[in-house]
Amino acid sequence: MHSDVFDRYHAANSFIHRLDSRVKVVVTVAFILSNALLPDAAWTAFGLSWLFLLFANALSDLGPGFTLQRSFIVLPFALVAVTVLVSIPGEPLTTFRFIAWDLTITDAGLLRFVSIVIRSWLSVQMAILLVATTRFPDVVHALEHLRVPFILTTIIAFLYRYLFVLVDEVFRLLRAREARSAAVAGFRAGGSVAWRAGVAGNMAGQLFLRSYERSDRVYNAMLARGYTGHLNTINPHELRRVDYVTTALALFVILLFQVVGRV
Amino acid sequence: MHYAPAPLHIPDGFLNVTVSVIFWVVTIVMIGMAVSRTNKSLGEKQVPLMGIMAAFIFAAQMINFPVAGGTSGHLLGGALAAIVLGPWAGMLVMTAVIAVQGLLFQDGGLLVMGANIFNMGLLTAAIGYGLYRSVMNKPTGTKLAVAGVAAWLSVMAGALATSLQLWLSGTSNLQTVVIAMLGVHALIGLGEALITVAALSFIFRTRPDLLGEGSASAEGGRGWIIAGVIVSLIVALLSPLASAAPDGLERVAIDMGFIDAGQDAPYEIIPDYTVPFLGETPLSTILAGVIGALIVLGIMVVTGRSLQKKTS
Repeated sequence: MHSDVFDRYHAANSFIHRLDSRVKVVVTVAFILSNALLPDAAWTAFGLSWLFLLFANALSDLGPGFTLQRSFIVLPFALVAVTVLVSIPGEPLTTFRFIAWDLTITDAGLLRFVSIVIRSWLSVQMAILLVATTRFPDVVHALEHLRVPFILTTIIAFLYRYLFVLVDEVFRLLRAREARSAAVAGFRAGGSVAWRAGVAGNMAGQLFLRSYERSDRVYNAMLARGYTGHLNTINPHELRRVDYVTTALALFVILLFQVVGRV
Repeated sequence: MHYAPAPLHIPDGFLNVTVSVIFWVVTIVMIGMAVSRTNKSLGEKQVPLMGIMAAFIFAAQMINFPVAGGTSGHLLGGALAAIVLGPWAGMLVMTAVIAVQGLLFQDGGLLVMGANIFNMGLLTAAIGYGLYRSVMNKPTGTKLAVAGVAAWLSVMAGALATSLQLWLSGTSNLQTVVIAMLGVHALIGLGEALITVAALSFIFRTRPDLLGEGSASAEGGRGWIIAGVIVSLIVALLSPLASAAPDGLERVAIDMGFIDAGQDAPYEIIPDYTVPFLGETPLSTILAGVIGALIVLGIMVVTGRSLQKKTS
């Protein structure tokens, strides 16, 4: 497996790609915070936030619909918000029978549900844009500059770097299990659920030992190459004037959404 | 890539700002303690080890087994990580896993990441390690049995905390979300328990030194037993209350002003408008969250102090 399987970075040389990673992390978080702060049914502000997102998307050369296609990941979670449709008091819109209960959808409940889904849908698209236009090591570097503890950023950097190695290991284990699990068509093969879980547990234990021993070899190899506890980069990570101006402008516009959403 | 989002990762937009900020503050304080503890006890060699262990948890979540009707169970790993690596290191490893899942795969949001780390990393470590630590000197069979119970309970605790956060944010109806979440996770937790026990017994058979005297696993103090038992008791008491008699819990929340705080007027969490000049502004919302979190932390610190005095 290639190391870039997990990478969500899409190489291009757009305005957004060239921005410093700190700028993108800060603006993304501000945008998500702004969505969460907007009151329910602030349609104008939601619309403006969406235009902001589209504008950023256009500046990133990823093509329209890039973030949209990947944003459906949050849809299943909307299920947990479904209950607000019927649990918030308000003008009844429609009543239907669900198994044994008569449920009434209210207008206030509908407004809340739609608002929650819009907030989540806008937020996840901005996060997708962030990792599509920023190399993950640069995101980690930005976190380091933003005062996330060094030990945590280093763990994240190692996690990212060795994930694909261990996932390869998992695929080897899964393939080995598959190879030993031949079954005659039409007959049930293997033991009970507990037995199957036990097999999976042994695989997890096996994976743990292989990872543990590999980490020893990795550390020795890194020591031999001059590792001192710091992960260095040749990327200068200097903030230019365009970075400052973009941050200020973006934060100002996001602040405007709050003003629009609250008057 | 086989990467299935788990139902415990809350995306952005589903928790309101007050709840998000409260859990960020609690999580940041706990991570800060974990960082200072691990910095003291670990050499530079341990950092790459923890990084690879984080990758291990991430990869181990892909090992699945068929349950029935096309569904499959898989590991979440919070309890296992805390038992094998020690509680503080386990917390850091789970934090890294959840951070990468949120940042890279959008599995879990950024603003709500504090809550996600709390639910899946901190609670699971406290329960998983705390209960396991209480039988540290007992025979292997007892240790495995308790580890299994702890693994199941840690998943239930995460599910309960998630439901309560969703309810406090006004996203879900209390009874529905608690019953649905706990019902689904009672099964997921069984898979978690079976895999955790099998993985631990595999390590006991092949590398007992990694779990014995002087290992990272034996390093956690006795305070973890108290923490683990207290959190488990809270889960055991709150779950039936929230699912069978939600009115009771709802009543308490209303009396304490939490419902309003959670659902539309977060500034009411501060009685008598301690910050009147801020009014209903975002700043006030965030401030209310910070103050709420500080109150929670204060209670935790005071309880911790009094417990320490009793034990020493």
